[in-house]
Amino acid sequence: MKPARFDYHQVRTAAEAVSVLAQSGGEAKVLAGGQSLVPAMNFRLARPEVLVDINRVAELDRLTDEGEILRVGSMVRHAAFERPVDDGPLGRLLSMAARHVGHLPIRIRGTFGGSLAHADPAAEWCVIARLLDAEMVAAGPGGDRRIPASEFFHTVFTTALEPDELLIEARLPKPSPSAKVGFKQFSRRAGDFALTMAAAVVEVRGGEIAEARIALGGVSDRPVRAPGAEEMLRGRPLPPSSSSSSSSYTAFADAAEHASGEVETIGDIHGSARYRRDLIRVLTRRALEQAAAQ
Amino acid sequence: MTEPIDLTLDVNGRSYQVRVEPRRTLADTLRDDCGLTGTHLGCEHGVCGACTVLADGLPVRSCLMFAVQCEGMELRTVEGLAEDGRLHPMQQAFWENHGLQCGFCTPGFLMLAVGYLEQHPDPDEEELRAVLSSNLCRCTGYQNILKAVRQAAADMRR
Amino acid sequence: MTPWVGRPILRFEDPPLLTGEGAFVADLTRGSSFLRFVRSPVPHGRIVSIEAPGGITVFTAADLAGVRPLRPLLHRADYRPVEQPILAGDTVRFVGEPIAMVAAPSPEEAEDHAEQVFVDIEPIDHVTSAADALLPDAPPVHRHVSDNVVVDARFDTGGVDEAFDAAEAVVEFDLRSRRQNAMPLEARGSVASYDRRTGRVTLAASVQSPHVVRTAIADLIGMPESDLRVVVPDVGGAFGQKFCLAVEDAAAVWAARRLRTAVSWVEDRRENLMSSFHSRDHHYRVRGAFGPDGRLLAVDADLLCNVGAYSCYPVTCGVEPLMALAELPGPYDFRNYRVRSRGVVTNTCPMAPYRGVSRPVITLAMERLMDKGAARFGLEPDEVRRRNLIRSFPYRSAAGLVYDEGSYLESLERTVEAVGLADFRERQDAAAARGRCIGVGFSVFSERTGYGTEAFAARSMDITPGYETVDLAMDPSGNVEARLGASPHGQGLETTLAQLIGDELGVDPATVRIVHGDTDRTPYGWGTFASRSLVIAGGAVKLASGLLREKLAGIAAAEMEAAPEDIVIREGRACVSGTDAGIDLSDLARIAYHASHRLEAGMTPGLAARATYDPSGTFSNACHAAVVEVDLETGGVEVKRFVVVEDAGVLINPMIVDGQLHGGVTQGIAQALYEEIVYDEGGNILTTSLLDFLPPTMTEIPEFEIHHLETVSEATITGAKGLGEGGAIGAPAAIINAVSDALRPYGVEVDEMPATPARLRSLLRKHERKYA
Repeated sequence: MKPARFDYHQVRTAAEAVSVLAQSGGEAKVLAGGQSLVPAMNFRLARPEVLVDINRVAELDRLTDEGEILRVGSMVRHAAFERPVDDGPLGRLLSMAARHVGHLPIRIRGTFGGSLAHADPAAEWCVIARLLDAEMVAAGPGGDRRIPASEFFHTVFTTALEPDELLIEARLPKPSPSAKVGFKQFSRRAGDFALTMAAAVVEVRGGEIAEARIALGGVSDRPVRAPGAEEMLRGRPLPPSSSSSSSSYTAFADAAEHASGEVETIGDIHGSARYRRDLIRVLTRRALEQAAAQ
Repeated sequence: MTEPIDLTLDVNGRSYQVRVEPRRTLADTLRDDCGLTGTHLGCEHGVCGACTVLADGLPVRSCLMFAVQCEGMELRTVEGLAEDGRLHPMQQAFWENHGLQCGFCTPGFLMLAVGYLEQHPDPDEEELRAVLSSNLCRCTGYQNILKAVRQAAADMRR
Repeated sequence: MTPWVGRPILRFEDPPLLTGEGAFVADLTRGSSFLRFVRSPVPHGRIVSIEAPGGITVFTAADLAGVRPLRPLLHRADYRPVEQPILAGDTVRFVGEPIAMVAAPSPEEAEDHAEQVFVDIEPIDHVTSAADALLPDAPPVHRHVSDNVVVDARFDTGGVDEAFDAAEAVVEFDLRSRRQNAMPLEARGSVASYDRRTGRVTLAASVQSPHVVRTAIADLIGMPESDLRVVVPDVGGAFGQKFCLAVEDAAAVWAARRLRTAVSWVEDRRENLMSSFHSRDHHYRVRGAFGPDGRLLAVDADLLCNVGAYSCYPVTCGVEPLMALAELPGPYDFRNYRVRSRGVVTNTCPMAPYRGVSRPVITLAMERLMDKGAARFGLEPDEVRRRNLIRSFPYRSAAGLVYDEGSYLESLERTVEAVGLADFRERQDAAAARGRCIGVGFSVFSERTGYGTEAFAARSMDITPGYETVDLAMDPSGNVEARLGASPHGQGLETTLAQLIGDELGVDPATVRIVHGDTDRTPYGWGTFASRSLVIAGGAVKLASGLLREKLAGIAAAEMEAAPEDIVIREGRACVSGTDAGIDLSDLARIAYHASHRLEAGMTPGLAARATYDPSGTFSNACHAAVVEVDLETGGVEVKRFVVVEDAGVLINPMIVDGQLHGGVTQGIAQALYEEIVYDEGGNILTTSLLDFLPPTMTEIPEFEIHHLETVSEATITGAKGLGEGGAIGAPAAIINAVSDALRPYGVEVDEMPATPARLRSLLRKHERKYA
C-alpha cells in the first residue's frame, strides 16, 4: 500500500496551481488535505502523474463574511468549523456537521474545498452545499466561474470541475438569523462515513414554516434534496416547542415519509437501498425535530 | 519531480536530512529514513491511527501526508515524549493503568492524547471519548486507555 | 512478605513499548530486499501463463519446484487432506492467493514491480458459501474432493429421537455466524536473513509459535531444522491469526536462501483482510428438546463450517468443526446428543483459529436455545439456566468431555444480582412506555484451557502439541533467567511468570529475565495459543523453580551445616529456619559456579533446571450479561452495560486478567454487532479496508463491570486456569440475547451475527408489515 510515482509541485498561489494544472494535460490532481486522496493513492486506486500541493496557498485558507454570504476558502480545514464560525444558524449548522467529519486528526488536515471536490456522496460538506444552494468558484486558465451546487455534483467522486480547474472557494448563502437548522446522521461507528445523513433548514415566519430545505447524503451517487417533502412543509405550523416529537404533530413524519419515497437510493455492503429509505425517514424527521426544538 | 528530493525535517527538536521520493509518506520517512520506528503503520488508509504524530502541535495521520509536505513543520513522535529518561505523564499513566497490551497502537494513542490535551487541558468526558475514538486498539477494549488519559489529563494540569 | 502471585504489579513489558523502543517485524527491514506477492484477482481459475518484463526479480511456482506443498494432516477417516502450494502452481483457489513473488530494493518499488507481472488466468466456476458448496452440481475446489466436504464428523449418544418424541417443547432454529478476520493491529510479516558464513537463515517473524514455524518451513523446503532459526520480535497482536503457518513466511525463507541475502515481507492491511486467515463462517441447524420442567433433554445439531480454500497448518481445518462438535453442550446437563459437523471447502480465504475458535458460535447456539426454551415455558433467562446448568464435578458431558470443578451456577447468580434482573424488567417496561427499547441478555459458558498433549492427541493430529518446557537458570551473579517455548505477544507473560518465579525462588520479579521467541535460545515448545501459556508454561516454571530451589537449599544447607529441609528461601536469602543464620542467593550462585569443589558429592556445578509440564486441562467458566438499547428506526444497537463474572481460579496478576477480559469482550461485541468479511457473487472480497471491515472504536464499547470467583483447580499446579479467550467466547451470545430480548415485543428473534442495523431493520420491517 505505497503510492505510485508522481511529480510533485508545491505552489504558493492559486494562479500558480492553475498554471501547473494547465501544463499537466489532465494528469494532475490537486492535493489539499489529502485525507481522501492519499488513502486512494496508497491503495493505488488513484494514481495521478502530477500532484499539485496547495497546502501553502495562504489565500485559500480564509473565511470571508460578506453579510449575506459566507465565503469559505478551499483550504479551510474541517476543524475550523467545530466552534461556530458565525453567531447565526449557519455557524450552528456547520458546527453540527463538522463534528461528524471523520475523526479529530482527519478534521485537522482535511479541507472544506477538498471534500467538495472529492464529491463523496456521504460527505457532510457536499450535503451542506446542496442544502444551502451554495456556489462553487472554480479558477481555470480562462478565469473564474461559479457553479451552483445543483450542477456541481455529477456522480460519485465526479464534479463539474474540469481537469485544469482549481476549486478556490464555496459561497454559502446564510439562512435568515431566525432560521432553524438540524443535522442528523447514522453511521456504523463513530467517525465513519454516514450510511445516510439528513440536513434541514427551516425558515419561519409568524409561527409558520415559510420555507424548508432538506438535503440528504449517503443515499445515492450524489447529495440530493427532497423537494416534495420541502413543499409539503411550506405553510405548516411549527409544532409546539415542548412536544416536537409528539404523535399529534405529524407534519414532520409525513414529510420524512415522503422524502424516503421520492429520493432514489442505492445499496452497499452496509445497507440495502431499502434500508436507506428507512434511514431517510427517521433521520429527516429527527433533523426537522431538532431544528424545531431550537 | 519524481526524483528523490533532499529534505530537512524537524523531528522532536532534532534536524534530519533525508533524501526521499515525493511519494514517500511521512510515516515511512520517519520510520525508514529517520530510523524512528516508534511510529507504526496499521492500515495506511487513515483509519487505525497507529501512525498518529504531532505536526505543529496537532495530531495527524502520518500515513496520509508526504514527507515533502513537512519541511518547516515541527514534528513530534513517540520517541520525543520522555525527557531525560523520565516518562511523560501520558506514558506513565498508560503504564499504571494497563492501557496497553501488545503495544502496537500505543504510540498513536499517546500522540493523539498528548496533542489533544495540550490544546484542551480540561476536556469533558464525552469529548474525550469522541477524540479517543479516532484510533483503533485491538487488545485493551479501550477502558484502560480512557482511564489512563483521564489520569494523565489531571497530571498534565498540575 | 505478601506473595507476588495475586498482586496487580505493573508489566515489565511496557516501558520500551511506551517509548517507541519496541521492535516489531516491520522495524527490522532496514537493508533487506522487499518482497511483494502477486495475488490472484479471481476466486478460481487455471493459470495459463505468467509474464514479467526483464529487469525485475520475480519467482513463481516453477522456481519453487523443490518446495513441498503444505499438506496438514489429521489421522481420522472423516478428514480428507488437501494440498496448498506455497505459490499457486496451475490453479488458484481464492482471491488473494499468492501466485508470484517479486523482490525489490524498496517497498514502493516492490509494488511497482508486482504490478508489472501479468498473470493470465482462465476462470473456473467458483463457490463461496458452504451451502452452495454442498449442492450436487457445485464446482469442486479440489479435484479429489468432489463434494467439497473435507471434514465430516458425527457423534451420537443414542436416545435423541426418543427424547424428542417425549419432549414437552421442541425448539428448532437456524444460526448464522458471518465470517471474521482476527485483525491484529499489526498485520503479519517476516524478515528472513541468510548468513553466507554458516548457510543458516534467521527468520524474524510476527508469529505465535516459533518452533512450529521452524518445523513447518524446514519440512517444506527440505532443510535441516537446525539451519533455520526463528525469532519472534514484539508482536502487535495475533489472536490466533499468527498461529498457523503463513505460506509467505516459507516463501521468504526460500527467497533468502536463493538470493543469499535478507528479504522482508510486511503484509499490508489490504492483504491482511483479503488473504490472511479468516474464521467463524458457520451455519448451524439446531434442535433442542425440553421436558415439562424446562429441562433440556436432547440436542440434535447439524453444523456447517466454511473452512475456505485450504487447510491450515498445524491444526488443520478440522479445528473449527471438531471443536464445535466436542464442545457444543457447554455447561449444560443433558444426556442425549446427536451432531454432524462438517468442514466445507470453498473459494475463499482459508480459515484458521481465532480467539475462542468455534466457541463464540456454539455458545451463541446454546444460549439462544436456552432463551428460546425459556420463552416457551414463560421462564426468565436465569431460571431456565438454573434448571439446566451442571452442578456436580467432575462432570462428563454428553460429548464425553470431563469438566473439573467450576462455579457455573454461582457465576450466573452473581451476574443476575449485578444486573438486578427484577428491577431491570421494571425499567424495561417503563422505557417501552416512553417508546424506548432496551433488553438484557445472559451467556453462561465453559472455556476449556491449558490442555496438554493428551487432549490434542484425541483430535488425532499429525502434529500433536501440548507440553511446554522451561529451562531455568540462576547465573553466577544471582539473577534468574527462564527460557521457554511459549511465545507471548501482549499477554504480559514476562510479568506473570516472573511473579511465579519470585515466589518460588524468593527473588524480586523485576530481576527475572524471561527469554522467549527464539528457537536458538529456548527449548522446543508450542507457542502461545488456546489460553494455555500461563497454565502450562507457568506450571513448567513452577516445577523448574522447585528443582532450582532444592539445589539452592542443598548448597545453603552444606554451607551453614544445617539440614536442607530447614532452609527457607525468601527475599534473596537462604536462611536456616528459626535462626539468624542466612546466606545471600548471589553468594550461593558464586559457589555453585566458581567454587564447585565445595558442592556436595554428586552435585553438578552451576544452577540450572529443566522441567516440562503437560497437564490434562481445566475449564474456566464465566457468565456475561449485556444490557442494550435498540433504536427501532435505525436498527442501531448501543451496549449500555456489560457485566462479567469470571472464574479462572487463582489470579496471578488481576490487572492483566481484567485486561484480557476487556479485550476479549470487545472482540465479542465486535463479532456480535460490527465485523463481517463479505464476498460478492463473483467471489470477490468486498471488505478490504477498515472502512468496510469495522472493528469498533471507544465510542461503541461500554465500561465493563468485572467480578471474580475463585475455584482453585486441582488440574493445574498453580491453581490458575486460562482465560485469554473467555471474553470473546461469551460476549456475542450475551449481546445477541440482549438484542433479542429488546425486540421480543416486536416478534423478532435474532439468530445471526453480526446483528447489523440493516439486518435488524429488515427483521423489524417484516413485523411492521404484519401489523401495518
